[in-house]
Amino acid sequence: MKTILQALRLLVALTLLTGVAYPLAVTAFARVAFPWQSTGSLVGRDGKPIGSALLAQKFDGPTYFWTRPSAADFATVPSGASNLGPTSDALRKAVAERKAKFGENAPVDLLTSSASGLDPHISPAAAQRQTARVAAARNLPVEKVAALVAQVTEPPQYGIFGEPRVNILSLNLKLDGIK
Amino acid sequence: MNQRDLIQLALFLGALLAVTPLLGKWMAGVLSGEKTLPLLKWVEGLIYRVSGIDPQREMSWQRYLGAVLAFNVLGILLVLVAEMTQAWLPFNPQHLPNLPFPLALGTAVSFVTNTNWQAYSGEQTMSYGTQMWALCVQNFLSAATGIAVAVALIRGLTRRSSQTLGNFWADVTRSTLYILLPLSAIFAVVLAGQGVVQTLAPYADVTTVEGAQQTLPLGPAASQIAIKQLGTNGGGFFGQNSAHPFENPTPLTNFLEIFAIFAIPAGLTYTFGLMSGNRRQGWALFGAMLVLFVAGFAIAWPAELAHNPATGLTASMEGKEARFGVMNSVLFATVTTDTSCGAVNAMHDSFSPIAGMVAMVNMMLGEVVFGGVGSGLYGILIFAILTVFIAGLMVGRTPEYLGKKIEAREITWSVVTVLVPAVAILGATAVACVTKAGVSSVANPGPHGFSEILYAFTSMVANNGSAFAGLNANTDFYNYLSALVIAVGRFAGIIPVLAIAGSLGAKKIAPPSAGTFPTDSPTFAVLLIGVILIVGALTFFPALSLGPVVEHLLAQAGRTF
Repeated sequence: MKTILQALRLLVALTLLTGVAYPLAVTAFARVAFPWQSTGSLVGRDGKPIGSALLAQKFDGPTYFWTRPSAADFATVPSGASNLGPTSDALRKAVAERKAKFGENAPVDLLTSSASGLDPHISPAAAQRQTARVAAARNLPVEKVAALVAQVTEPPQYGIFGEPRVNILSLNLKLDGIK
Repeated sequence: MNQRDLIQLALFLGALLAVTPLLGKWMAGVLSGEKTLPLLKWVEGLIYRVSGIDPQREMSWQRYLGAVLAFNVLGILLVLVAEMTQAWLPFNPQHLPNLPFPLALGTAVSFVTNTNWQAYSGEQTMSYGTQMWALCVQNFLSAATGIAVAVALIRGLTRRSSQTLGNFWADVTRSTLYILLPLSAIFAVVLAGQGVVQTLAPYADVTTVEGAQQTLPLGPAASQIAIKQLGTNGGGFFGQNSAHPFENPTPLTNFLEIFAIFAIPAGLTYTFGLMSGNRRQGWALFGAMLVLFVAGFAIAWPAELAHNPATGLTASMEGKEARFGVMNSVLFATVTTDTSCGAVNAMHDSFSPIAGMVAMVNMMLGEVVFGGVGSGLYGILIFAILTVFIAGLMVGRTPEYLGKKIEAREITWSVVTVLVPAVAILGATAVACVTKAGVSSVANPGPHGFSEILYAFTSMVANNGSAFAGLNANTDFYNYLSALVIAVGRFAGIIPVLAIAGSLGAKKIAPPSAGTFPTDSPTFAVLLIGVILIVGALTFFPALSLGPVVEHLLAQAGRTF
């Protein structure tokens, strides 16, 4: 009985510490130190938020670069992946359809759906693959769009970590900015 | 496979080797009561006062076990109550309803046992309050429980003729205050700076560029994700776990999240070396773990890059994120299944059969490749005891470990820790395969469907928590069965370990003689690896051959289902 009471009181004390004080302290610190990053990295246009720099949104209009396929069709609450296995007939068919859309030897990230369902990036090759289409739809010179892609392409972080990538939202916002 | 991949791997291993002794030494100081931190020392005293605890009071192994069980059972009840009343509690800006009992029970058992198997998506199911004071708390306390049990076993191995193993309350409190909390606070701030959300504001509604409505899920995530990685918990704040850009936004956070999983379990091997008075004892365990980790990664990485004739994909990015690529996805998967973490940054269900099998085998080995926080160390110490026993049989001498005679009682309990999980995994898988409730949750047909079930119960019993996530686990069958086998997996480790600790603690320490088998040598590490692999392979090879092995052969032949 004494053990149970001690366990209960210790649990309550440690809950107040690790479940209330700790997350609230981190929240307060983050609010001051990283007000933008800690609240969803919101991107605005004309004073209105139009999305997060970190979450994909659906682009399928001809004048925009397209995001990677999303198994949950860009739903956010919750988002999701296909979870199709390596001998899945459904996956084989989906890949074949995407090959028809993006070309037989399209970059693999365009042929596959992401893990989060909200992957905000595509590979530089996947962006280059779409440059001519977007340029034609916007009546822009291909070189101008290609230069924009190069400008938006992020190298691996600190030159070492992760993969080079293109953030689709910032690329498309820059495109819209071209007069 | 390029130069940058190799640089990242080298950095990872270098950081692991550098941090292991630093963290190991600090933890040894904390666990022996010598090292504290200012301010938190005052908090520690306060906690003991309000809880009516005398931290100096030593416990027998039975009392220590009783404290563990009371602390864990009450922990389950508190989480259960919080989940089932969240609609009426504060910090619920999305007005999420109370959880139904089966899901609440499965989740509560899962978080208290450091498993963090999740049959829900956080952003759709859990209020900010529940995430904080139910789930985040058990991220800390389940890891602290693991450290406490591990240090009790170390005390049993190193004390002479002692009837006691330390004080569980003090071990849990010190582990939380001086190890888990400071590391988490620092890591959480780094994560928030990179874009992991940390706010109590409601979800943000925006109109996208193309004019659609999008709801951005938010919450106090960074504080929870820090301890989720450091405590080898693995339960995502969001459903897609560390693949979600709000949970793991940049390649830097990804590297740190992977590293954080290994940091404490690796450090504890050094803690063990220091407390046993011979650091090479710790390095022998570390070496065996490192070899098993590297071997698993070296098999999974090329498999994931290879061409798959069934889907026509090479270096498949199905279920992977562009910012991470293949190497960082396989590294995360290997590390998270070597330990009992279970966080994921890619969908294991979509991995090649061989890479998926490596993930399963890592868990089937008993989560001893660095393993869970605390549980990895006590798990591999049990294998060390089995190894000296088998070596002793070969030369016909009474086995000893750290001068303690290993006798029938220790071996009996050790075999329990090996056999019970195996029976639970294979038994539950068999039940699921022959019942409609078990099979109807499967997402992928063919041998991959069997793999989904086998992976699920392996992950639960090993207290890992990752999944072949196509399997629909939010059914009464899986929620109730998961609660059962997760608890069996956890306590089939803890109870025998404390019994062995008590038995060993009471023994004298014999000085090494010419016939003593040295356990601080590479030879011992090689034997230890052999025992771990043989036990795992003999137990699970038949089941694996029905799942990933046959699927690999069929994929090579271009078969789909």
